[in-house]
Amino acid sequence: MRGQLPILIVFVSGVFMAIQYFIPHDAGVFFYEYGGVFFYEYGLDCIIVIGVFAMLLGIWSLFRVQLDKVAKRSPGWGYSVVALGGLFFMMIGGPLWGIEEGTPFMQVFWYIYTPIQATMFSLLAFYIASAAYRAFRARTVLATILLLTAMVIMLRLIPLGAISGPNQKLATWILMVPSMAANRAILIGIGLGIVATCLKIILGIERAYMGHD
Amino acid sequence: MDFYQRLMNLDRRWVYLVVGIAVIIPVLNPFRVPVYVTPEVEVIHDFVKNLKPGDILFLAIDYDPQAMAEVHPMAKAIMRQCFAKNVKLIISALSQNGPGMAEQLISEVAKEFNKKSGIDYCYLGYKPYPGIVILAMGQNFRIPFPTDYYGVPLDSLPMMRDVRNYDDVKAVIDISATNAADFWIINANGRYDVKLALGVTGVMTANYYPYLQSGQIFGLMGGLKGASEYEALSKQGDRAIKMMSIQTTAHIVIVLFIVAGNIGYFMSRKKKKQ
Repeated sequence: MRGQLPILIVFVSGVFMAIQYFIPHDAGVFFYEYGGVFFYEYGLDCIIVIGVFAMLLGIWSLFRVQLDKVAKRSPGWGYSVVALGGLFFMMIGGPLWGIEEGTPFMQVFWYIYTPIQATMFSLLAFYIASAAYRAFRARTVLATILLLTAMVIMLRLIPLGAISGPNQKLATWILMVPSMAANRAILIGIGLGIVATCLKIILGIERAYMGHD
Repeated sequence: MDFYQRLMNLDRRWVYLVVGIAVIIPVLNPFRVPVYVTPEVEVIHDFVKNLKPGDILFLAIDYDPQAMAEVHPMAKAIMRQCFAKNVKLIISALSQNGPGMAEQLISEVAKEFNKKSGIDYCYLGYKPYPGIVILAMGQNFRIPFPTDYYGVPLDSLPMMRDVRNYDDVKAVIDISATNAADFWIINANGRYDVKLALGVTGVMTANYYPYLQSGQIFGLMGGLKGASEYEALSKQGDRAIKMMSIQTTAHIVIVLFIVAGNIGYFMSRKKKKQ
């Protein structure tokens, strides 16, 4: 039973989600009223509840690791104090003061969290500049094609006067024809892979999610 | 090491320094760069422009602070354009840090146009697992969001009384820096045939052109340039237009470094052959 029940739940849920996708919306109202509501409403709640438990596990893990670093005075233990402080402040601050604009919760979000994320993302510009300088060398024919394509795409973001228009058209052609063809090939490949994997899971052939090989 | 070899093997710290200076100069001395409008952005603008007062548009805010510089101006310009025309908005935030972004946007723009929650807009807030949430909203917005972000039941909001699901909105515009955009395409357009447009970060743009050509999305705004195009068309704000000067100088510097690297490479090779 312990082995069969999860397979049954996966089978029923998987088949439902596959079928509902192909039922036209209007005809699906009946389907929704008599059964669909269970999957959409209670299914969503179930996923959120599972997510909450996973989050608790994550919080506990973070707490243990950081506390251990502080207790042992490991190198960089000061950062762990900040991590724990941030964790508890945001956990308590939200329910205590609310999450509307102007509350301490949102002030920490805007004046600490947002600049940190923006800074991390901004650093990418420097790494990309350095990587582009080193990588885009016309060593071979393929490398030259890559270099020229990258230049056209990059230059479309720069106003170049009279050649802006033709360059924009060329960039759009690159994006809409060769780039799209490659993208589609990859997407179709991924899609077929997903279908195969999903079928194996729904039919109980693939059971790795239950801890089996 | 001769000049050309040095040109080819510049220390990365020089690259960082020059890029840093190239970014700082336009901040200190702002200048404007011309905006070339692309059809994929224009079509979104024209769609919003042709909405009538009282129509409802769904605006999905699916990005975190890291992508704010690129996509926040898009969301702001669309929100301003809608409120200026008295188009009502349903707003959701399906990325983890999206609620903060949406809340900031609403508090600023709604205040500017004196718009009221529940009457002129409805902010649904955040629920995890965007794929399931988007599917459920296709049946009824009340399944994933029985109340709005502020805890008010949807049924008690005047603008939501006759609104059930995507059938009651003119279109969904998803401003995204996450894979929520894929969920909107698969689950909203694919499943419910929702009219959908996307605003994404610069690096994501190329991935969504296939959906534009297939008609699964009717418009696409890419990165800061897309945002500046939308601002230029709608005449609602100019933050992205101003920031384009910074992006332009940074790109010019990167292009110059690539050119310099290649000159160094070819000249060194030529010398070796001689």
